[in-house]
Amino acid sequence: MLVFILKRLFTLFLTMLCLSFIVFSLVTIEPNLKKLALNQANMRMEEEAVQTWLEKNGYKRPLLVQYSEWLGNALTGDFGYSTHFKKPVNDVVWPKLWHTGILMFWVLILTIPISLLIGVISGMREGSKTDRALSVFSIITTSVPQYVSGILFTIILSSWLKLFKGVAKAGNITFENFTLPVLTIVLYDIGYIARMTRASMVEVMNAQYIRTARLKGMSFISVVFKHALRNALIAPFTVIMLQFPWLLTGVVIVEKLFNYKGFGFLLVSAADQNDIDVTLACGVVAVILVLTTQLISDIGYAFLNPRIRFS
Amino acid sequence: MSIPVLEIENLSVSFMTRSTEVPAVMDFSMKVLEGDAMGLVGESGCGKSTVALAIMNYLGGNGKITGGTIKYRGKDMSSFSEKELEDIRGSEIAMIYQEPMASLNPAMRISSQLIEVPILHEKITKEEAWKRSIDMLEKVNLPDPERIMNAFPHQLSGGQQQRIVIAMALLSKPSLLLLDEPTTALDVTVEAGIINLVKNLSKEIGTSMLFVSHNLGLILETCNKITVMYSGETVETGEINEVFRNMRHPYTQGLLRSIPLPGKNKYEAPLRAISGQLPLPHERPQGCNFGPRCPYFEKELCSVNEVQMQAINSKKLHFSRCSKINLIDWNKKIKSSKKVGRKPSNDILLSIDHLSKDYDVAANVVFGGKKKGTIKANVDLNFDAKVAETLAIVGESGCGKSTFAKVLLGLEEASSGRVDFENKNIGEITVEERDKKTVSAIQMVFQNPFDTLNPSHSVGNQIIRTLEKVGVGSTVEERRQRMHELLDLVKLPREFEKRMPRQLSGGQKQRIGIARAFAGSPKIVVADEPVSALDVSVQAAVIELLIDIQEKFDTTMLFISHDLSVVRYVADRVVVMYLGKIAETGTTEQIFSPPYHPYTEALLSAVPIADPDIKKRQILLEGALPSPLNPPKGCVFNTRCPSAISGKCDSIDPPIQKLKNGHTISCHIDIKELSKKDNVFAQ
Repeated sequence: MLVFILKRLFTLFLTMLCLSFIVFSLVTIEPNLKKLALNQANMRMEEEAVQTWLEKNGYKRPLLVQYSEWLGNALTGDFGYSTHFKKPVNDVVWPKLWHTGILMFWVLILTIPISLLIGVISGMREGSKTDRALSVFSIITTSVPQYVSGILFTIILSSWLKLFKGVAKAGNITFENFTLPVLTIVLYDIGYIARMTRASMVEVMNAQYIRTARLKGMSFISVVFKHALRNALIAPFTVIMLQFPWLLTGVVIVEKLFNYKGFGFLLVSAADQNDIDVTLACGVVAVILVLTTQLISDIGYAFLNPRIRFS
Repeated sequence: MSIPVLEIENLSVSFMTRSTEVPAVMDFSMKVLEGDAMGLVGESGCGKSTVALAIMNYLGGNGKITGGTIKYRGKDMSSFSEKELEDIRGSEIAMIYQEPMASLNPAMRISSQLIEVPILHEKITKEEAWKRSIDMLEKVNLPDPERIMNAFPHQLSGGQQQRIVIAMALLSKPSLLLLDEPTTALDVTVEAGIINLVKNLSKEIGTSMLFVSHNLGLILETCNKITVMYSGETVETGEINEVFRNMRHPYTQGLLRSIPLPGKNKYEAPLRAISGQLPLPHERPQGCNFGPRCPYFEKELCSVNEVQMQAINSKKLHFSRCSKINLIDWNKKIKSSKKVGRKPSNDILLSIDHLSKDYDVAANVVFGGKKKGTIKANVDLNFDAKVAETLAIVGESGCGKSTFAKVLLGLEEASSGRVDFENKNIGEITVEERDKKTVSAIQMVFQNPFDTLNPSHSVGNQIIRTLEKVGVGSTVEERRQRMHELLDLVKLPREFEKRMPRQLSGGQKQRIGIARAFAGSPKIVVADEPVSALDVSVQAAVIELLIDIQEKFDTTMLFISHDLSVVRYVADRVVVMYLGKIAETGTTEQIFSPPYHPYTEALLSAVPIADPDIKKRQILLEGALPSPLNPPKGCVFNTRCPSAISGKCDSIDPPIQKLKNGHTISCHIDIKELSKKDNVFAQ
């Protein structure tokens, strides 16, 4: 197991190197740099001045040299300087990541139990009235895009009923101003995971070993708990793990909508403003998150499914 | 008379679909007394499994008992509450299933799946349940019960899994055991062990049995009473010997005539298939359900009124549902249409010379570590196949018979040795590199007709495509013509060219498979268990068809099978394989009579025989097939051989003893010693 994790960590590192190199070479292509230079000087710059600016900032050196310089700095924890915020990248990225982290935490802590419960309950008796009602609910919640549900919630719950605030201030969250963004993401996610869980549960409940357990004389409920649940959770577990990277970057819409300055917000503005070092740092963070969750997902999968563990 | 353990009266079960009600079981009656072993036989789809599940009152969401009663020890089960049912299930009535792998929970250890039964029903402590489970595992002859308790189902072999399921069923000492085709998914030698075990244990515990199977031989060996089902109703029932000796229903007779007996070959007792197929539940004919398929059908007698069960011998509980019981000459023998003594020629067509096939396996699949093992799938095979001969290759699963077929067809390359066909070594030429002539000369009929036809192309197009591939005909019209001839050849109507595979029955699909194999006029046809996926009544027709076509074109057939009765029926010569090596070769006569190789002897004794007059010696093989990754030293069979000589068989490779007429036995035991053994089957 330890060897397995070490090997995966090694691949994780390699993947990161490759990906950061690709991102690096793409953001440092010449036209982009020229645009950056012009941006820095409010568009008033002669061609000659642009060249001098590029020379001065070291962008004229070979790509590999530039990349290894960036890499060396990044490995020691220095991710460069944000041209937009006029601050070191470290001071920009980590607080924003923390803000999004808080949002993700609340989203997941609500989504996972609720969606698994819905999925299991509707999947254990396929075709029953409860199943149909819950399935309709989950289809509706997943099919409404977040920018629609977000706006609807703002209008109804905030502007009209005045229950919550329509704007969430990062770094100073309260129940009042934080409920709506969480609710918007949670509702969408619940439907998605619940449907996955339901499908997996239905399949398990139709398996022959469930019949064996029932014909041992076990009651329906104890069969669900003892025999079905663990097998039924294998598929949704993978899906939940895939939610982490999706949430990190997918929250953009909700963060924009509620003006919550988190990671997604930062990523969009960095790309917008051609903020090279911030974009690179964001990329690295995203890659680390994707690969780590995948590692956890693999380990968890082996734990849930003994057939993987031993073969 | 004591109260019967189980009494079913006029049971009807229907499945409700959205549009209509499908009656699966109609007017079914049966009585199982204390200590009885009742066999329930019939083709798939006749409702026998539905009866078993109805007894458990577990018919799923859409199944419903629409009439009749099921009484367990005199109490009507329909009056039971859900709680009472749960109390009975698993403790009073237990069940053993067809597929052991699917019936065990893959994510739970064997121990937790076993101990929950007594804990649930007898409220005993965990420690006590554990102890009792260990005892039960010993009773079902599983070695090292402690290790097995901690294992997961996928770590055990099929036979071991089925023993676990049996242990689970017997843990609470049930008074009724339902067995739903418990050995269909297992090898013959494993099957023999399981059947023996169930028989002994149920006697020991005093359990009555309901044995659901399509295999008449198995029923004869295990049960004392039999009920034959056809299309949802009982057609004949009675004490087992009475029914087998005095059959009084054409369907029972048809079933028996469609299975080959290991003592008889195709000339002595030709197979007679039941024509037609089982009617769909909502298309049952008027009068006798079996009417349209019955050779004795008479319109005025059989298709007017519902036929009722009639007593034939009340003392022996023999009843039959036939309106012509007194009009049919039940003892009339059927005559063979085959020419006796058709001898295959002596020209050698295919010659296998020291053929070996190894597979390299990485020690660790994920990382491909350096430690590699080798699976020796075929070791030093030597045999010939003559023109127009049927050569059977038999052995348990994992003995390498399918690997050999793959090498022959060019799906795998031989590791060493030669496969000589028409003066060419084709062992190292894969199918992509073979010329059209060689490809069309060696064709295959596959085991599972359900998976080998493309579901989205019509049957005709698939045959035409094959013709194109083997280079028959130059225009579409010519190929269509040839396709029609092929359909005629496999006795299917020409209209079938437009049908999609899903519109065909299993037997018809296999006929298409045969048509494809014979499309390019092959010299060799490899038939890999061609009938094992089919119902008994259909099997006979497909076997007959294969033999007829083969004789017509003088094709050489390599018949791969684990079913020795079928092999005896079709084959001219037999190669017995064990763990990649040849144990015995010879003509069918030589293989089926002493001297035997000890393995052949065990294989023969494992075959269930549907003839009450034949007595056979029972030889049970201990243990499972060793892993081909790590085969035993010396003779590969020594770990399971009942007559292994220690110090010799487990260290030295056995010599190949050559007897007269090409009969070879690879064994340390002297031929004189082997010749002293009696025939496995005695009249």
